[in-house]
Amino acid sequence: MICERCKQQPASVHYTEIINNQKRQMHLCEACAKEAQKAFEAGPTLNLKHFLAGLMGPAIAQETPTDARPFRCESCGLTEEMFGKYGLLGCGECYRNYERLAPLLRRIHGSTRHTGKVPQRSRKKYRWVQEVERLRAELQEAVEKEKFERAAELRDEIRALESRLT
Amino acid sequence: MSFKEAVQNPYSPWMDDAAPETDVVISSRARLARSLADFPFPHHLSPDKAERVIQRVALAVRETEFSARFGDTEMVRLAELTPVERGMLVEKHLISPDFVMRNHASYQYKGLALTADERLSIMVNEEDHLRIQCLYPGLQVTAAARDADEADTLLEETLDFAFSDRIGYLTACPTNVGTGLRASVMLHLPALVLLGRVKDILTAASRLGLTVRGLFGEGTESVGHLFQMSNQVTLGMSENDIAKNLDSITRQIIEQERAAREQLREQMPVVLRDRVSRAFGILRHAYVLSTDEAMRLLSDVRLGVGMGLIKGVAPRLLSELMVKTRSTYLAKMSGRQLSPPERGELRARVVRQALGNISADDGE
Repeated sequence: MICERCKQQPASVHYTEIINNQKRQMHLCEACAKEAQKAFEAGPTLNLKHFLAGLMGPAIAQETPTDARPFRCESCGLTEEMFGKYGLLGCGECYRNYERLAPLLRRIHGSTRHTGKVPQRSRKKYRWVQEVERLRAELQEAVEKEKFERAAELRDEIRALESRLT
Repeated sequence: MSFKEAVQNPYSPWMDDAAPETDVVISSRARLARSLADFPFPHHLSPDKAERVIQRVALAVRETEFSARFGDTEMVRLAELTPVERGMLVEKHLISPDFVMRNHASYQYKGLALTADERLSIMVNEEDHLRIQCLYPGLQVTAAARDADEADTLLEETLDFAFSDRIGYLTACPTNVGTGLRASVMLHLPALVLLGRVKDILTAASRLGLTVRGLFGEGTESVGHLFQMSNQVTLGMSENDIAKNLDSITRQIIEQERAAREQLREQMPVVLRDRVSRAFGILRHAYVLSTDEAMRLLSDVRLGVGMGLIKGVAPRLLSELMVKTRSTYLAKMSGRQLSPPERGELRARVVRQALGNISADDGE
């Protein structure tokens, strides 16, 4: 077989492309194949950033409620357009737009819930949050049973814990 | 602290061949992405906030508990290094190629903390505020993940990382959110490539949630038969499961590669021996070598060494030559940028000097 581009050298590179079930074949010599590859590489490349932005695009919009406000982070001002440009979020607070991001996360990871490590500091914080909730319930009970001395103690404990939480 | 050493010496401890499964797995890496709460991500950061991030991390690695575990760790800004020195750190895989690009933050606000044994490095203000990375020789994914986890736990004593109880550690790119863990192995798969089986295996790996790419060059046409395989998913799996999954699939690929090598030995012993010995001969005697040719030949020699066909050459020497034959090292060696013909000549000289004096036994 002779190279179909220069029609001189024997074809040693056979390239098959299938786009939308349309099959196209090319038989090239080594030199022409290199040229063709260069032309191919010079074209627009699909990088991760564009890919992510695409995932946030119209297809996703259908999965999100139609009355959803446009994505904009209150904290750093990142908009959907900016995310589309860089494929990066602006700050941790951007993740508060969870409803908009959840479909994207599901597509990337197949999951939307973290099951791994929890930072030590947060672990303590979560324990405190839980402890405050428990004390509140106890306080409620103490007030109902008119155990005011105990209620005062509990109130102080809650205040102390809450001051550590902020 | 040995930053000078790290940018001078082409050898790094991850090249050590006295580690598990080094005939197929060259190195294992675990990388954790972490962000500081209350700071925008690096690409959104003002210079004074970027400066505060770097100072906070510099203080955190100086904490006594941290240095008791990982040794004295000093923070260097990329601006303090020459372009060639930055390039050396990239070639030694201690920092990412992305890190030396002019993006996210200027060199003044990009920091690197590196331990003396080069096993732990922390990039500051890369895509995320912190990229904690542990690099081990051979197949030691779980050990690398454990070390990165320990470093993270110690840093967390003084740094407040952005974390959500629903989606875990928050990162600039949604592909890293959750554990922030990217575990990877560098594989040398010459026999699977020669037998045309590498594509099937890599496709299978991608179905199991792993990404594979050629280390140099793209896709399966990797120059030097080197592939990097890493986990795709960071959310919804625990750190332990991610590391174990990569470890167990890597072990299966190791078995496949070893079986392919034995098949080559049995079915085409002369072709195999000719290939590795010819490569060894060219490397020992050539006066001009291109990067690609050097990578290819080094790969063939590594295969020969791994199969006992070439004796007297340590695999670590070949890993070191992978760095030494790169343009960056050659520029560092000669103290200036070289023209391509000059590079080809110097590259061949470096290789001759490294391999020429070895009284190698070709196993006949």
